[in-house]
Amino acid sequence: MARRDIGEINAGSMADIAFLLLIFFLVTTTMDVDSGIARKLPEKTDVQSDVIVKEKNVMDIVVNRNNQLLVENEYVKVTDVKRLAIKFIDNGGGFGTPVDGKPGEPCDYCEGDKDPNSSDHPSKAIISLQSDRGTSYGMYISIQNEIEGAYNELRNTLSKKLYGRTYDELLNDYKDNPSKSLQDKIDDLKNKYPQIITEPEPIK
Amino acid sequence: MSKFKMRKKGMPAISTASLPDIVFMLLFFFMVSTTMRETDLLIKKPALPVASEVKKLELKSLVSTIYIGKSKDTRISGDKIQVNDKIVEVKDIPSFIFSERALRKEDEVKFMTTSIKADKEASVGTVLDIKEQLRDINALKISFSTSKGNDLSSNYK
Repeated sequence: MARRDIGEINAGSMADIAFLLLIFFLVTTTMDVDSGIARKLPEKTDVQSDVIVKEKNVMDIVVNRNNQLLVENEYVKVTDVKRLAIKFIDNGGGFGTPVDGKPGEPCDYCEGDKDPNSSDHPSKAIISLQSDRGTSYGMYISIQNEIEGAYNELRNTLSKKLYGRTYDELLNDYKDNPSKSLQDKIDDLKNKYPQIITEPEPIK
Repeated sequence: MSKFKMRKKGMPAISTASLPDIVFMLLFFFMVSTTMRETDLLIKKPALPVASEVKKLELKSLVSTIYIGKSKDTRISGDKIQVNDKIVEVKDIPSFIFSERALRKEDEVKFMTTSIKADKEASVGTVLDIKEQLRDINALKISFSTSKGNDLSSNYK
């Protein structure tokens, strides 16, 4: 059995093949991470219950088809919405919603002005966003973004006060290692500043 | 001239042996990060609005996307809605979501998210109509797709 000497295989074209594949994947790759403003829609119920809400607990945002904004019947710019929303939510001028039959308690973590003519408690503060069918989507998203920003800032401030870290940091930690205690903290913050946003039928 | 020639002779050739390794490394990176485009857009590519308070969409396999934008034909005005590979009407949205649900396992359905990729020039009316349709069939988790940025002034004029 004579073993024939096999010559070395030329690997010079290996680079060419790899390059070809590389270019293919370079072209087909899309590295966009889909990100956006997350919202949970309200469930549809057959029963229409009339809930009486005090006028002062509702922050009215109206936007018309020319992308002009009214907040509480005053003409404002989009960049003002966040400040106004924070002021409104964090006011804490009264008592919160009753939980399990117990009467509501005043907001002990709010840092607002305690103005009796503004919202009673973050758990009662409702933001109403009324848009027009012709409003541009970009404007709509900007307002949603400002409202989201207001809630995030409030939660961050409170979280910093209670736990020494911001709400965003807590969320990031939770993503890395979900633990019960962290979950409780996040839920607690969410409960203290719940997002109550209502969107009435658009103006035709 | 002769001096120049001399120097050239003395220079050793650069070894290209490690070139395939480098190329392979790049290749693997792009292979891993690549996602093949599944849908061809029939509408004009929506220019997403900018937002600062964005959340990344987790669980990509559970996301169904609805595109809203202008028609490629400039003579046709109004917003067009695209799902998968066809342009549909608002009333067709529920059947699209149902078909998406049918592809997933039953216990995953409640984690499914609908991502709305709308052009910033689109009208809110269309988006709200879709939201209403999604509410009807209990597809409550939605995400308004945006690009991340801090300057929101480009969203409106």
